[in-house]
Amino acid sequence: MPASAIFFYVIATVILVTAILSVTTRRIFRAAIWLLFSLMGIAGVYFWLDMNFLAAVQIVVYVGGIVVLIIFSVFLTQGSGQSLPVPAKFRLFFSALAVLLGLAFTIWILQGFGFLATAPDVPAVEMREIGKTMLSVQSGGYALPFELVSILLLAAMVACIAIAMKIPADKKND
Amino acid sequence: MSHIPLQHVLIFSTALFFIGMFGMFTRRNLITLLMSVELMLNSVNINLAAFNKYLYPQQTGGLFLALFIIIIAAAEAAIAIAIIINLYRSHHSIDVDDATEMKY
Repeated sequence: MPASAIFFYVIATVILVTAILSVTTRRIFRAAIWLLFSLMGIAGVYFWLDMNFLAAVQIVVYVGGIVVLIIFSVFLTQGSGQSLPVPAKFRLFFSALAVLLGLAFTIWILQGFGFLATAPDVPAVEMREIGKTMLSVQSGGYALPFELVSILLLAAMVACIAIAMKIPADKKND
Repeated sequence: MSHIPLQHVLIFSTALFFIGMFGMFTRRNLITLLMSVELMLNSVNINLAAFNKYLYPQQTGGLFLALFIIIIAAAEAAIAIAIIINLYRSHHSIDVDDATEMKY
Protein backbone atom coordinates (compact mmCIF):
# COMPACT_ATOMS: atom_id res chain seq x y z
CA MET A 1 0.00 0.00 0.00
CA PRO A 2 1.53 3.35 -0.97
CA ALA A 3 2.24 5.99 1.63
CA SER A 4 -0.56 8.35 0.53
CA ALA A 5 -3.19 5.61 0.99
CA ILE A 6 -1.88 4.83 4.48
CA PHE A 7 -1.96 8.55 5.24
CA PHE A 8 -5.64 8.73 4.27
CA TYR A 9 -6.69 5.78 6.42
CA VAL A 10 -4.69 7.02 9.41
CA ILE A 11 -6.09 10.54 9.21
CA ALA A 12 -9.65 9.27 8.62
CA THR A 13 -9.36 7.12 11.75
CA VAL A 14 -8.03 10.05 13.75
CA ILE A 15 -10.88 12.30 12.56
CA LEU A 16 -13.58 9.74 13.33
CA VAL A 17 -12.20 8.91 16.78
CA THR A 18 -11.83 12.56 17.79
CA ALA A 19 -15.30 13.33 16.40
CA ILE A 20 -16.83 10.49 18.47
CA LEU A 21 -15.00 11.73 21.56
CA SER A 22 -16.22 15.25 20.81
CA VAL A 23 -19.88 14.23 20.77
CA THR A 24 -19.68 11.81 23.72
CA THR A 25 -17.37 13.43 26.29
CA ARG A 26 -19.05 14.85 29.38
CA ARG A 27 -16.74 17.84 29.73
CA ILE A 28 -17.78 20.62 27.35
CA PHE A 29 -14.30 22.14 27.16
CA ARG A 30 -12.82 18.79 26.19
CA ALA A 31 -15.49 18.45 23.52
CA ALA A 32 -14.29 21.75 22.03
CA ILE A 33 -10.67 20.56 22.05
CA TRP A 34 -11.57 17.23 20.41
CA LEU A 35 -13.52 19.17 17.79
CA LEU A 36 -10.37 21.22 17.18
CA PHE A 37 -8.35 18.07 16.45
CA SER A 38 -11.09 16.74 14.20
CA LEU A 39 -11.21 19.95 12.16
CA MET A 40 -7.43 20.00 11.80
CA GLY A 41 -7.58 16.42 10.55
CA ILE A 42 -10.13 17.53 7.95
CA ALA A 43 -7.66 20.19 6.82
CA GLY A 44 -5.22 17.30 6.44
CA VAL A 45 -7.74 15.52 4.20
CA TYR A 46 -7.91 18.62 2.00
CA PHE A 47 -4.11 18.66 1.77
CA TRP A 48 -4.24 15.00 0.83
CA LEU A 49 -6.79 15.83 -1.89
CA ASP A 50 -4.31 18.41 -3.22
CA MET A 51 -6.63 21.33 -2.42
CA ASN A 52 -4.21 23.57 -0.61
CA PHE A 53 -6.37 26.69 -0.72
CA LEU A 54 -9.36 24.92 0.83
CA ALA A 55 -7.10 23.45 3.54
CA ALA A 56 -5.75 26.90 4.35
CA VAL A 57 -9.27 28.33 4.55
CA GLN A 58 -10.31 25.42 6.78
CA ILE A 59 -7.47 26.10 9.20
CA VAL A 60 -7.99 29.86 9.24
CA VAL A 61 -11.79 29.89 9.52
CA TYR A 62 -12.56 26.76 11.54
CA VAL A 63 -9.49 26.16 13.68
CA GLY A 64 -8.59 29.80 14.07
CA GLY A 65 -12.07 31.28 14.16
CA ILE A 66 -15.02 29.06 15.00
CA VAL A 67 -13.32 26.86 17.60
CA VAL A 68 -11.91 29.91 19.38
CA LEU A 69 -15.40 31.44 19.32
CA ILE A 70 -16.87 28.23 20.78
CA ILE A 71 -14.21 28.12 23.52
CA PHE A 72 -14.96 31.74 24.37
CA SER A 73 -18.66 31.04 24.65
CA VAL A 74 -17.93 27.97 26.82
CA PHE A 75 -16.00 30.17 29.23
CA LEU A 76 -18.68 32.87 29.15
CA THR A 77 -21.56 30.50 29.91
CA GLN A 78 -20.36 27.22 31.45
CA GLY A 79 -16.87 27.41 32.85
CA SER A 80 -14.41 24.70 31.89
CA GLY A 81 -14.83 22.28 34.78
CA GLN A 82 -18.57 21.64 34.69
CA SER A 83 -19.78 18.23 33.53
CA LEU A 84 -22.77 17.77 31.24
CA PRO A 85 -25.57 15.49 32.41
CA VAL A 86 -25.60 11.95 31.05
CA PRO A 87 -28.46 11.53 28.54
CA ALA A 88 -31.20 9.02 29.33
CA LYS A 89 -30.50 5.39 28.47
CA PHE A 90 -33.39 5.03 26.03
CA ARG A 91 -32.40 8.21 24.22
CA LEU A 92 -28.81 6.99 23.83
CA PHE A 93 -29.99 3.59 22.63
CA PHE A 94 -32.45 4.88 20.04
CA SER A 95 -30.07 7.61 18.84
CA ALA A 96 -27.35 5.02 18.28
CA LEU A 97 -29.85 2.73 16.57
CA ALA A 98 -31.10 5.48 14.22
CA VAL A 99 -27.57 6.60 13.41
CA LEU A 100 -26.27 3.09 12.74
CA LEU A 101 -29.27 2.26 10.56
CA GLY A 102 -28.83 5.49 8.60
CA LEU A 103 -25.12 4.83 8.19
CA ALA A 104 -25.70 1.27 7.00
CA PHE A 105 -28.39 2.41 4.56
CA THR A 106 -26.21 5.16 3.09
CA ILE A 107 -23.21 2.84 2.72
CA TRP A 108 -25.44 0.27 1.05
CA ILE A 109 -26.57 2.89 -1.47
CA LEU A 110 -22.99 4.07 -2.03
CA GLN A 111 -21.81 0.54 -2.78
CA GLY A 112 -24.32 0.26 -5.58
CA PHE A 113 -22.90 3.23 -7.47
CA GLY A 114 -20.31 2.64 -10.15
CA PHE A 115 -17.98 5.51 -9.38
CA LEU A 116 -14.62 5.78 -11.08
CA ALA A 117 -12.31 3.45 -9.17
CA THR A 118 -9.40 5.84 -8.67
CA ALA A 119 -8.70 9.52 -9.16
CA PRO A 120 -7.37 10.64 -12.54
CA ASP A 121 -3.79 11.82 -12.29
CA VAL A 122 -3.96 15.49 -13.26
CA PRO A 123 -2.18 18.42 -11.61
CA ALA A 124 -4.06 20.46 -9.03
CA VAL A 125 -5.87 23.65 -10.06
CA GLU A 126 -3.52 26.55 -9.50
CA MET A 127 -4.13 29.22 -6.89
CA ARG A 128 -3.96 31.87 -9.61
CA GLU A 129 -6.79 30.11 -11.44
CA ILE A 130 -8.90 29.95 -8.26
CA GLY A 131 -8.46 33.67 -7.63
CA LYS A 132 -9.36 34.56 -11.19
CA THR A 133 -12.47 32.37 -11.14
CA MET A 134 -13.62 33.79 -7.81
CA LEU A 135 -13.65 37.39 -9.04
CA SER A 136 -14.62 36.73 -12.65
CA VAL A 137 -17.85 38.21 -14.01
CA GLN A 138 -17.71 36.00 -17.10
CA SER A 139 -19.70 32.81 -17.41
CA GLY A 140 -18.42 30.33 -14.81
CA GLY A 141 -17.15 33.07 -12.54
CA TYR A 142 -18.17 33.49 -8.91
CA ALA A 143 -18.26 37.28 -8.55
CA LEU A 144 -21.99 37.43 -7.69
CA PRO A 145 -21.97 34.77 -4.93
CA PHE A 146 -18.77 36.35 -3.63
CA GLU A 147 -20.51 39.71 -3.25
CA LEU A 148 -23.64 38.11 -1.79
CA VAL A 149 -21.57 36.29 0.79
CA SER A 150 -19.76 39.48 1.76
CA ILE A 151 -23.11 41.20 2.31
CA LEU A 152 -24.23 38.18 4.35
CA LEU A 153 -21.12 38.40 6.52
CA LEU A 154 -21.71 42.11 7.08
CA ALA A 155 -25.34 41.46 8.03
CA ALA A 156 -24.26 38.63 10.36
CA MET A 157 -21.73 40.90 12.04
CA VAL A 158 -24.30 43.65 12.63
CA ALA A 159 -26.85 41.08 13.82
CA CYS A 160 -24.36 39.57 16.29
CA ILE A 161 -23.74 42.95 17.84
CA ALA A 162 -27.45 43.74 17.93
CA ILE A 163 -28.38 40.39 19.54
CA ALA A 164 -25.58 40.16 22.08
CA MET A 165 -25.64 43.84 23.09
CA LYS A 166 -26.59 44.40 26.70
CA ILE A 167 -29.37 46.96 27.13
CA PRO A 168 -28.82 49.11 30.23
CA ALA A 169 -31.51 48.68 32.89
CA ASP A 170 -32.65 52.31 32.78
CA LYS A 171 -33.27 52.18 29.03
CA LYS A 172 -35.08 48.86 28.96
CA ASN A 173 -38.60 50.27 29.15
CA ASP A 174 -38.19 52.91 26.44
CA MET B 1 -4.46 10.12 -3.56
CA SER B 2 -4.98 8.15 -6.76
CA HIS B 3 -4.99 4.77 -4.98
CA ILE B 4 -8.05 5.21 -2.80
CA PRO B 5 -11.42 4.50 -4.39
CA LEU B 6 -13.94 7.34 -4.16
CA GLN B 7 -16.27 5.09 -2.17
CA HIS B 8 -13.90 5.01 0.79
CA VAL B 9 -13.79 8.79 1.00
CA LEU B 10 -17.59 8.93 0.76
CA ILE B 11 -18.03 6.27 3.44
CA PHE B 12 -15.66 8.20 5.69
CA SER B 13 -17.61 11.43 5.22
CA THR B 14 -20.90 9.60 5.77
CA ALA B 15 -19.57 8.24 9.06
CA LEU B 16 -18.56 11.75 10.10
CA PHE B 17 -22.02 13.07 9.19
CA PHE B 18 -23.76 10.43 11.29
CA ILE B 19 -21.42 11.07 14.23
CA GLY B 20 -22.56 14.69 14.08
CA MET B 21 -26.15 13.51 13.90
CA PHE B 22 -25.64 11.31 16.99
CA GLY B 23 -24.44 14.44 18.78
CA MET B 24 -27.57 16.29 17.64
CA PHE B 25 -29.78 13.51 19.03
CA THR B 26 -28.12 13.03 22.41
CA ARG B 27 -26.85 16.46 23.44
CA ARG B 28 -29.06 18.99 25.17
CA ASN B 29 -26.55 21.82 25.48
CA LEU B 30 -26.66 24.51 22.79
CA ILE B 31 -22.87 24.80 22.40
CA THR B 32 -22.42 21.06 21.91
CA LEU B 33 -25.32 21.09 19.42
CA LEU B 34 -23.43 23.77 17.51
CA MET B 35 -20.32 21.57 17.51
CA SER B 36 -22.35 18.69 16.05
CA VAL B 37 -23.64 20.97 13.29
CA GLU B 38 -20.07 21.97 12.48
CA LEU B 39 -19.09 18.29 12.17
CA MET B 40 -21.99 17.66 9.77
CA LEU B 41 -21.12 20.69 7.63
CA ASN B 42 -17.51 19.54 7.45
CA SER B 43 -18.50 16.09 6.26
CA VAL B 44 -20.50 17.71 3.44
CA ASN B 45 -17.45 19.78 2.51
CA ILE B 46 -15.28 16.66 2.31
CA ASN B 47 -17.88 15.14 0.00
CA LEU B 48 -17.85 18.16 -2.30
CA ALA B 49 -14.06 18.36 -2.39
CA ALA B 50 -13.72 14.63 -3.10
CA PHE B 51 -16.30 14.72 -5.92
CA ASN B 52 -14.53 17.74 -7.41
CA LYS B 53 -11.16 15.99 -7.27
CA TYR B 54 -12.23 12.57 -8.49
CA LEU B 55 -14.82 13.33 -11.13
CA TYR B 56 -14.00 16.83 -12.47
CA PRO B 57 -10.38 17.54 -11.53
CA GLN B 58 -10.03 20.36 -14.08
CA GLN B 59 -12.92 22.38 -12.66
CA THR B 60 -13.40 24.28 -9.42
CA GLY B 61 -17.14 23.94 -8.74
CA GLY B 62 -16.85 21.68 -5.69
CA LEU B 63 -14.07 23.78 -4.25
CA PHE B 64 -16.11 26.98 -4.48
CA LEU B 65 -19.24 25.37 -3.07
CA ALA B 66 -17.19 24.07 -0.11
CA LEU B 67 -15.67 27.53 0.30
CA PHE B 68 -19.06 29.24 0.44
CA ILE B 69 -20.34 26.62 2.88
CA ILE B 70 -17.37 27.38 5.15
CA ILE B 71 -18.12 31.12 4.98
CA ILE B 72 -21.82 30.65 5.74
CA ALA B 73 -20.95 28.24 8.57
CA ALA B 74 -18.76 30.95 10.06
CA ALA B 75 -21.62 33.46 9.90
CA GLU B 76 -23.99 30.87 11.38
CA ALA B 77 -21.63 30.08 14.27
CA ALA B 78 -21.25 33.77 15.09
CA ILE B 79 -25.03 34.33 15.14
CA ALA B 80 -25.60 31.16 17.15
CA ILE B 81 -23.11 32.21 19.79
CA ALA B 82 -24.69 35.67 20.03
CA ILE B 83 -28.06 33.97 20.60
CA ILE B 84 -26.52 31.58 23.16
CA ILE B 85 -25.02 34.46 25.13
CA ASN B 86 -28.33 36.33 25.04
CA LEU B 87 -30.19 33.20 26.18
CA TYR B 88 -27.71 32.66 28.99
CA ARG B 89 -28.31 36.20 30.14
CA SER B 90 -32.08 35.75 30.39
CA HIS B 91 -32.27 32.09 31.55
CA HIS B 92 -28.87 31.48 33.24
CA SER B 93 -28.74 28.21 31.34
CA ILE B 94 -28.09 27.15 27.75
CA ASP B 95 -29.87 23.84 28.01
CA VAL B 96 -32.51 23.55 25.29
CA ASP B 97 -34.95 21.96 27.76
CA ASP B 98 -34.92 25.14 29.84
CA ALA B 99 -36.02 27.45 27.01
CA THR B 100 -39.62 26.39 26.45
CA GLU B 101 -41.54 29.70 26.47
CA MET B 102 -42.50 29.42 22.79
CA LYS B 103 -43.29 25.73 22.91
CA TYR B 104 -47.06 25.75 23.32
